[in-house]
Amino acid sequence: MNDKDQPLLQMTDIHIEGYSDERWHPIIKGVDLELRRGQVLGIIGESGAGKSTLGLAAMGFARSGCRFTQGQVVFDGTDLLTLKESQRRKLWGTRIAYVAQSAAAAFNPAHRLIDQTIESATRSQLRPEGESRQDAIELYESLHLPDPANIGERYPHQVSGGQLQRVMTAMAMSSRPDLIIFDEPTTALDVTTQVEVLAAMREIVDQYHTAAIYITHDLSVVAQMADEIKVLRYGEEVEQAETRSMLSAPKEEYTKSLWSVRSLEKPESRSDDIVLALKNIDAAYGKTQVLHGINIELPRGKTVAVVGESGSGKSTAARVVTGLLPQSQGTVMFNGEVLPPSLKDRSPDQLRRIQMIYQMADTAMNPRQTVENIIARPLEFFHNMKGREKEQRLLELLAMIELDESFLDRLPAELSGGQKQRICIARALAAEPDVIICDEVTSALDQIVQEGILKLLLRLQEEFGISYLFITHDIATVKAISDEIVVMYQGKVVEQGLKSQILTPPHPEYTELLLSSVPEMDPDWLTGLLEARDGRAGL
Amino acid sequence: MHPVLVTIVKRLLLGVVTLFVVSAIIFSSISLLPGDFGEAVLGQAATEDTVAAFRKELGLDKPAPARYLDWVKSVAKGDLGTSFSGRSASGQDRSRSVAEMIAPRLKNTLFLASVTALIAVPLALFLGLTAALYRNSWYDRSVNVTTLTTISMPEFFVAYVLILIFASLWKVFPSLATVDIDMAMGERLNRIALPAITLTLVIVAHMMRMTRAAIINLLASPYIEMARLKGASRSEVILKHALPNAWAPIATVIAFNLAYLVVGVVVVEVVFVYPGIGQLMVDSVSSRDIPVVQACALIFAGTYILLNLIADVIGIVTNPRLLHPR
Amino acid sequence: MTDSTDLPEGYSASAEVGALRQRRSRAERSWLALKKAPLSAWFGMIVVAGYVFVALFAPWLAPYGEAQIFATPFAPWDETHRFGTDQIGRDILTRLIYGARNTMGIALVTTLLSFLIGGGLGLVAAINRSWLDQFLSRAVDVLMAIPSLIFALVLLSIFKPSVVSLILIIAVLDSTRVFRLTRAVAINVAVMDYVEVARLRGEKLGWVMKNEILPNIMPPLVAEFGLRFSFVFLTIAALSFLGVGIQPPTADWGSMVRDNASLIQFAQYDLKAGITPLLPAAAIGLLTVAVNFVVDWFLHKTSGLRDEQ
Repeated sequence: MNDKDQPLLQMTDIHIEGYSDERWHPIIKGVDLELRRGQVLGIIGESGAGKSTLGLAAMGFARSGCRFTQGQVVFDGTDLLTLKESQRRKLWGTRIAYVAQSAAAAFNPAHRLIDQTIESATRSQLRPEGESRQDAIELYESLHLPDPANIGERYPHQVSGGQLQRVMTAMAMSSRPDLIIFDEPTTALDVTTQVEVLAAMREIVDQYHTAAIYITHDLSVVAQMADEIKVLRYGEEVEQAETRSMLSAPKEEYTKSLWSVRSLEKPESRSDDIVLALKNIDAAYGKTQVLHGINIELPRGKTVAVVGESGSGKSTAARVVTGLLPQSQGTVMFNGEVLPPSLKDRSPDQLRRIQMIYQMADTAMNPRQTVENIIARPLEFFHNMKGREKEQRLLELLAMIELDESFLDRLPAELSGGQKQRICIARALAAEPDVIICDEVTSALDQIVQEGILKLLLRLQEEFGISYLFITHDIATVKAISDEIVVMYQGKVVEQGLKSQILTPPHPEYTELLLSSVPEMDPDWLTGLLEARDGRAGL
Repeated sequence: MHPVLVTIVKRLLLGVVTLFVVSAIIFSSISLLPGDFGEAVLGQAATEDTVAAFRKELGLDKPAPARYLDWVKSVAKGDLGTSFSGRSASGQDRSRSVAEMIAPRLKNTLFLASVTALIAVPLALFLGLTAALYRNSWYDRSVNVTTLTTISMPEFFVAYVLILIFASLWKVFPSLATVDIDMAMGERLNRIALPAITLTLVIVAHMMRMTRAAIINLLASPYIEMARLKGASRSEVILKHALPNAWAPIATVIAFNLAYLVVGVVVVEVVFVYPGIGQLMVDSVSSRDIPVVQACALIFAGTYILLNLIADVIGIVTNPRLLHPR
Repeated sequence: MTDSTDLPEGYSASAEVGALRQRRSRAERSWLALKKAPLSAWFGMIVVAGYVFVALFAPWLAPYGEAQIFATPFAPWDETHRFGTDQIGRDILTRLIYGARNTMGIALVTTLLSFLIGGGLGLVAAINRSWLDQFLSRAVDVLMAIPSLIFALVLLSIFKPSVVSLILIIAVLDSTRVFRLTRAVAINVAVMDYVEVARLRGEKLGWVMKNEILPNIMPPLVAEFGLRFSFVFLTIAALSFLGVGIQPPTADWGSMVRDNASLIQFAQYDLKAGITPLLPAAAIGLLTVAVNFVVDWFLHKTSGLRDEQ
């Protein structure tokens, strides 16, 4: 074997370019990376920072449309970039393995899970196929997959997302590689599932003393997994340090700003003036009932956060309020009146007073209309504004969302993610609503941009007394913006109350599971949580 | 019952229903005929009696649904009715049965189509696969431009260019594809060489482009990238990871193009005066021999529906989600 | 720049903006795209422009009248008759020039009509999504189960071939394909959040269609128009060639091929005479190739909504 002091992976001065819009753009601009055997390095950065590209570069792989222009990737003494692809391929899947973001898409639908798990080991003739199968079953077992002896006989579409992600970890582990690249492996999962997958991955990496690169945009997740953290931005390294010191004392301004995001917290206040109330609402898509007698109250000028995992019915509740999905039972009260269930029975004034902002600002704006068209339409439609008056109001609205008039003739494609969401907020404001329904409005944004949007929403609430029904799955966002919290699970409301009440124990069982699953920025959080849960199970 | 069987049975039933609706549409076209067509068929000198007798024979005195039922019953028995031609004003009837007219020609057409398919399908799949594998290479680009040009040409242009070169200037093949039943196989093949080449050129261009598109679409899937990152070689990626998922799109491509062959055959048969069903149909359209037109249309549409049905069934039985339900 | 929210230090909105594409006007962008167009697209555009020119100015460009008959049928190529005369002594060049006008004109009217029917119904079906959508979609499925050339032949055996019946029959048959595409792309747009925003505002259906949906389905429909045009053009040429399409004395390329086909036999004696029937066929081919090249490039530009077919 090689000298113990020599790093397993040494990447120096990596430059990668990508081809788009008929020319080459730099993606990675001279990054160095070093990894010792058994070490776990976290790479963190916002979208477009080049994390995934760097992760794949560690295998000497560039996606189609990308190319290396400079640098070395020395893995265990050989520069991968000087090898022929057929030689590099011998290392892939055997000594360096990859765990992709979306397990559902990364498994071949035509083959059984176990055949895909042992594919690399079998190809490299590491051991007889029978042994590999037995080994795969053992891996499934140590990853806490249900029915490990038989789950491999299934096809990818027959198991859940969280299970697939663990099978993919088993697949990476099957040839006992020296290095695994985890590329945002838990991003697509619900929090309660994420905890299980994280725990399983960490355990197995520890057990086999495998080196790993863990790529994510979520600080608290990387804190659980990594020994060291490298912060990446615009294809360049910002800084790198040991996890604990990075969390407690970041050096660079950019890193500090990333860290400080989670500190925003609105002081709660209560009110008995209810602007919007859902009373015993049942709703169904076709024959499947999604909401079972839910009650939600939204006080005037306050924010009620509706939290729950995918499938909990929180977005369906919003569709009932907007009238897109008329309820089958119950009533919606708005400003003391019964709101007609169906959109087409509501008066223009009722429509004006309830506005909606969406998760994907991209699809919420017509790509062929300018910012001016987008914001001006509600002014014309609801307020009959024309000419000077309309222009005046447009500028006021832009000022409210902290943009200037130079944006008026831009198309959505010419705006950044945060700016797009601001335009959507301006469009909602233009109607002068009482209630704005915010459906995961910050989930698609980078953390720093999220912070800006949340602050803007809070300021607008103070100035105009707007009430928000704020739908989200992210507890940090809930803490930041809400006065009251509604917890939903499987189409039912688990509880509603003031933020402080809901967030302090004792909790109902589901709230407890949900809250405890949210990762914290503490490297010991996962260990502590697992011990606590084991302890409870042992009792 | 296994869900795959359920899906297949549903698809088969849909095919049968479609065939019935299509037959009803083709049948009801006769009701759209102008009132005086009896005279048109029998000639100006036809007496009222002969016209009335003719209308009665067609069943025009009965209501349409009843006529349709009768027609379906006789079609099921292989009786496709009687041709309009050979009738005269005097009421003399030398007309032939449609089935009798069609049978030998259908055999000829099927022969031409099968020969073409045997050459075209493997060739197109090979070209499409290789173009997808080496996409954006000079090979891919030149195949792309050539096929785009070929599919833009009318079939008769391709046909006449071939005649000009291989029959007129350089007498390799006969320009007229006349065949009869007693002809030996070798001679037959020689006679149909030019029509078969014409059809092959057109079909290969279409099929190759669609195969290439289907494969490229498949190669963009994340699981293909994953297979590469697991160290699979190029051939392994194609054979083990792409192909098992490619049967459905490839079957669709083949069925679509064989169906296209059905239509292309009409024009090509006319160019080469080949005694097939396409030529018969065109002649009957010109002479407004409705029963023959209906029978030919029914055969063409039936083939078309059958081919699409087969492609769908292949798609169903190769879909792992249906084969291995949750 | 302008995004001056109270953000933590280290965040710079100008950097966020800087990563974006520079703003250009629509004309500038079209010109840029045009400059980068491949050779095949340029070739296609020039050929199409040439055809349109010939079609528009046929009476001025043609040396003789459309149906003018001269003494010698099948005259050889010479100064008086550039490409000779046909089987009853009409000037081939003249017929070719008028043929451009007739064949292209009829194909264009047919395609427009087919888009009017198919596109209109497709939009309605996509937005309505109720029994009407069900009914139209099933009807189209059935119509498409009959190959359109065969269906056209059946209908032409019933209604006598004339320009009007030809246009109507082909337009109706072809509109099924336009319906399918329009419905599919319109459904993709209709589920977008911005359409929901308009509905939540209480906008009328017509306004939603005109302002939110139509502008976003135009690129694929424009490309489809090119493809449908060449298809309709080929179908009409094929029907005329079979003798059941455009009827004499109207000059058209399909029937010209049919009428002069026998000349091919004489190619070894007089090559010029031999290729005479190929001239109108080549004219048909060249135009469809040109249209296909342009559409291919356009589809490539507006991100392959559909690659081939």
